[in-house]
Amino acid sequence: MPSLISIAQGRLVNDHRPWLRVLVTPEIWSAIAKELAAGRATLLGLWADAGASCAVHMAVMAEDTKDIVVISLACPKEEFPSVGALHPPAIRLERTVHSLYGLKPIGAPDSRPWLDLGFWDVQFPLGARSAAPPAQPYEFLPVEGENLHQIPVGPVHAGIIEPGHFRFTASGETVVRLEERLGYVHKGIESLMAGATTEHAAKLAARASGDSTVAYGIAFARAVEAALKVEAPPRAHYLRALMAELERLANHLGDIGAICNDASFAIMHAHCGILRERVLRAAQFCFDHRLMMDRVAPGGVAADLHAEGAAFLKDVLRQLRQTFPRLVELYDNTASLQDRTASTGIVDAASARRFGASGFVGRASGRDFDTRKNPGYPPYRELDFEVPVLTDGDVNARVWLRIREVEQSFALIEQIIERLPQGPIAVALDEGVRAGEGLALVEGFRGDVLVSVKLDGDRVVRCHLRDPSWFQWPLLEAAIEGNIVADFPLCNKSFNCSYSGHDL
Amino acid sequence: MRRTLIESLMRGPVTDPRPAPDDAALAELSASVDRKARRRLGRSLAIRQIDAGSCNGCELEIHALNSAFYDLERFGLRFVASPRHADVLLVTGPVTKNMREALERTYRATPDPKWVVAVGDCALDGGVFAGSYAVVGGVSNVVPVDLHIRGCPPSPSDLLKGLIALLDYVSTNTAAP
Repeated sequence: MPSLISIAQGRLVNDHRPWLRVLVTPEIWSAIAKELAAGRATLLGLWADAGASCAVHMAVMAEDTKDIVVISLACPKEEFPSVGALHPPAIRLERTVHSLYGLKPIGAPDSRPWLDLGFWDVQFPLGARSAAPPAQPYEFLPVEGENLHQIPVGPVHAGIIEPGHFRFTASGETVVRLEERLGYVHKGIESLMAGATTEHAAKLAARASGDSTVAYGIAFARAVEAALKVEAPPRAHYLRALMAELERLANHLGDIGAICNDASFAIMHAHCGILRERVLRAAQFCFDHRLMMDRVAPGGVAADLHAEGAAFLKDVLRQLRQTFPRLVELYDNTASLQDRTASTGIVDAASARRFGASGFVGRASGRDFDTRKNPGYPPYRELDFEVPVLTDGDVNARVWLRIREVEQSFALIEQIIERLPQGPIAVALDEGVRAGEGLALVEGFRGDVLVSVKLDGDRVVRCHLRDPSWFQWPLLEAAIEGNIVADFPLCNKSFNCSYSGHDL
Repeated sequence: MRRTLIESLMRGPVTDPRPAPDDAALAELSASVDRKARRRLGRSLAIRQIDAGSCNGCELEIHALNSAFYDLERFGLRFVASPRHADVLLVTGPVTKNMREALERTYRATPDPKWVVAVGDCALDGGVFAGSYAVVGGVSNVVPVDLHIRGCPPSPSDLLKGLIALLDYVSTNTAAP
């Protein structure tokens, strides 16, 4: 069996770090697509470039060796062989590449626009911009059968949540098909990044998805540092990990409570909300921002942890360690709650693997993958922690996965405070090379965030951000099938996909 | 569960107390919201939140208002599921072009009298997202805004302060019946 790296033959691109980027022919592009379809490789991202360097790029990981490679295909005719034709996880990414860049995936199974809902003044905003043609009505997938009815939901939903459209087709109470239509919060972040200073681009990256601001901050910083060949100092690595684990804690605690709340078990919501608030107040005390926005910067971190902060954190952690096990017991011992979460919204292991679903969605369905371990980045190699993996793939498994990860984050935070190295918290970016390309994969609370950046001096030439939600949203459509409509909020909350991170 | 419930009863609420000596600012806000909300709007003000393109940071902090620490409902302020039930629209985000129509329609679905509060720096003028092809840039470009609450995102205390400012605005701009 030839390895992925040996298939990806072509001209090596200089100054792409830390993984290789290879310019390939359409034949090799399609050969890699076949590797994805055969399950020998996982798709990590698919994006494009416009103008003189008009090309499509695909980040892939070999399943056997976990090697990562970026392959690029020049598109002089503004088209490329569709990967989605062979490998469904690429379909929405290719629809986006067409809607934003005007590059056409040849042979693609679905040619409808994605993210472009017909409200922009321009067509192909990141490619050869032209005035937008009159908007066409969007065709949802056809459904056939007796006694089917449709329920359109959104974009404005009934709670304090992000906007998106869900088209349910139901037979009685049972969902036969869910089709998502997203893009309502598309802000054009990648167009704003092109030409921006690294400093401003970091601010934009930190606002791709507010709940993952630390993860995006680290991913962007690591991509920039790889491109410029600089290394953040050890203390910065530890402080980044501390912020990342606090972010994971706050989100997981919020999610565990909110999932139970969607099963009308409000007491868990109330108590988890208290724990979440304690974490946010600790973040405010230590880093002067509840969500720690803009506290990670390329080159290091923008806020140091002082002795009082460390003491405060230890105290909060002690309280959490006291209270959390009792909430876990409460969840575990409430049969009426388990009745709602167990066997609801199942994601099968094969789908999770095929879509390369990361975070709790993937790991609750048996996909043992965490970028903190593999490919791994500092300081996690120096810290002791486990990556919990479950196999049931239902709402219950996604709750338990979060519970186990909360426990791991407690241990990680304690180790980080204990072992925090002394020294500077940032290095100057001009200590490195002047220009280059960098790629980073960082484990946010919801899964791996991918950032690809091309830099020239202190300016961003091009930056692509890929939220973990891209490979989770399609699985939600599959997970709800056969469940009752009333269980959708529960399933949706257990996924907690980002709309903003997806729509950009 | 019994132990958790009993302990909750014995310990009392974690809600920041009204005259909290250790958090005077919030206590002051709490008393003020309560008094004014009662005088001007009976005892209740219904709020409908609309995300018009936010990064979801503002939503996290708006959610926190419902937590036991802030317990917004003790003031008679509560979030409702439909604009038809709302007195106040709490709008976040720079208003993406993809959300403009939905925002306009939500505004039209809200009965008069109604007030619009724009939350977050990007709801003011687009913030870091201003100038994008996909963004209108500021809530006031789409619907009339009565008040802006700044911050990226504003903290729950900032949000409470903003709601007081709204009540002040209402009391000076609404003719007595």
